[in-house]
Amino acid sequence: MALVLAPEPPADDWLLELDELTARSPGFFGGRPVVLDVSALKPSARALGLLLTELEARGVRTIGVEGCDPKTLEGPYARLAMPIGGRAAGELSAPEAPAPKATSLVIDQPVRSGQTISFPHGDVTICGSVASGAEVVAAGSIHVYGALRGRAIAGAGGDGKARIFCRKLDAELLAIDGVYMTTDDLDKGLRGNPARIWLEGEKLSVAALD
Amino acid sequence: MAEVLVVTSGKGGVGKTTSTAALGAALAQTGQNVVVIDFDVGLRNLDLVMGAERRVVYDLINVVQGDANLNQALIRDKRVDTLSLLPASQTRDKDALTAEGVERVINDLKGRFDWIICDSPAGIERGAYFAMRHADLAVIVTNPEVSSVRDSDRIIGLLDSKTEKAERGEQMEKLLLLTRYDPVRAERGDMLKVDDVLEILSIPLLGIIPESPEVLKASNLGSPVTLANPISAPARAYLDAARRLRGETIPMTVPSERKSFLGGLFGRRAA
Repeated sequence: MALVLAPEPPADDWLLELDELTARSPGFFGGRPVVLDVSALKPSARALGLLLTELEARGVRTIGVEGCDPKTLEGPYARLAMPIGGRAAGELSAPEAPAPKATSLVIDQPVRSGQTISFPHGDVTICGSVASGAEVVAAGSIHVYGALRGRAIAGAGGDGKARIFCRKLDAELLAIDGVYMTTDDLDKGLRGNPARIWLEGEKLSVAALD
Repeated sequence: MAEVLVVTSGKGGVGKTTSTAALGAALAQTGQNVVVIDFDVGLRNLDLVMGAERRVVYDLINVVQGDANLNQALIRDKRVDTLSLLPASQTRDKDALTAEGVERVINDLKGRFDWIICDSPAGIERGAYFAMRHADLAVIVTNPEVSSVRDSDRIIGLLDSKTEKAERGEQMEKLLLLTRYDPVRAERGDMLKVDDVLEILSIPLLGIIPESPEVLKASNLGSPVTLANPISAPARAYLDAARRLRGETIPMTVPSERKSFLGGLFGRRAA
């Protein structure tokens, strides 16, 4: 434990009191580490230097100075500066830097009937087909590099800017941001061809992907 | 090392049992030791198609539950002595199957046979699950029509997630067996073409079995078609498929019935 000395202005009087104390109890400071709190004194850089020299002459071992701007500690005393504020703490292990959250999911296999691919953090890319009876749900856009025969639900978290792209449009259901359409009455020219789907106002638009 | 093969489809009535019997017999005809297991507990059929219905004493459930041993339950085929049948129980249901029991039976059979062919029941419930659970290889039986294809797709998804092999992180080998195929009707657009089915399911093709009255005839005779009439078109297709299973490379064709030149010439006149 370190002893805290908090000098009161004027500094000269305080030093006299300190001398009286050491006279009454010799060896009071013997080797004890002392922290000097100068927040009441608010000394200049020079005054602080003098005070520390006086204390040193009296055998007080100052290990730190607090309550002042660290810049006021000059020369050999600069090392005594103590951080202002902060909190008591032992050795802290720095937390592992969190891995950046994936914003895209890539599926390298066809999505089979009855399977659901759900990704609430962003886009989904399927390198294969989405079968009839299969379902892909993404917070972002959906890209299908194959036939889209099942359901594609993009912008599931409320992203109206999400889109759906596929190499062969044969979907059972398309949805973006809750606006959905079945493709029963889709234009014949679009069915079976590469297409993109986006939300325009309150309606889904489907166009050929050139 | 024994190869565990599951014959499955999702949909019923597409030819799983017929194909199990035909492929099992075809493999056995090449000298391989083969056992075919009926997992359709409660609706067994494989015994009928194999012509062994009057020889069943103990069945799969008895063995699974420890009431009988394998030697008592296995029925050796009278025509091909390397072919055996482990029948299902007709009086019980699929709940009688247990995970430990099925695993023990399969492991025991692995020491005795080269091929263990599991005939899966239709559907995706308990029976189908146990039939596919320990498989190394799956034959997906599919008819060239949309509902069969979609059900097959569903089963492929389950094979990739629910089997032991999938749970070990390995890829299950899946082969397509297209049954009841009629090239003329496919060309007319009345049924899906081979390429359409392959495009949807994206798994390799094991064989194409042509639609033929020979298949029904053989079933009613209680004989796998590869034994009943080995030169018929479906039998030749199954025999080719069995050789592909053994690793041979055989060009993919759709066999057709051979009509003798003279038969065609005179048959008409006599009528």
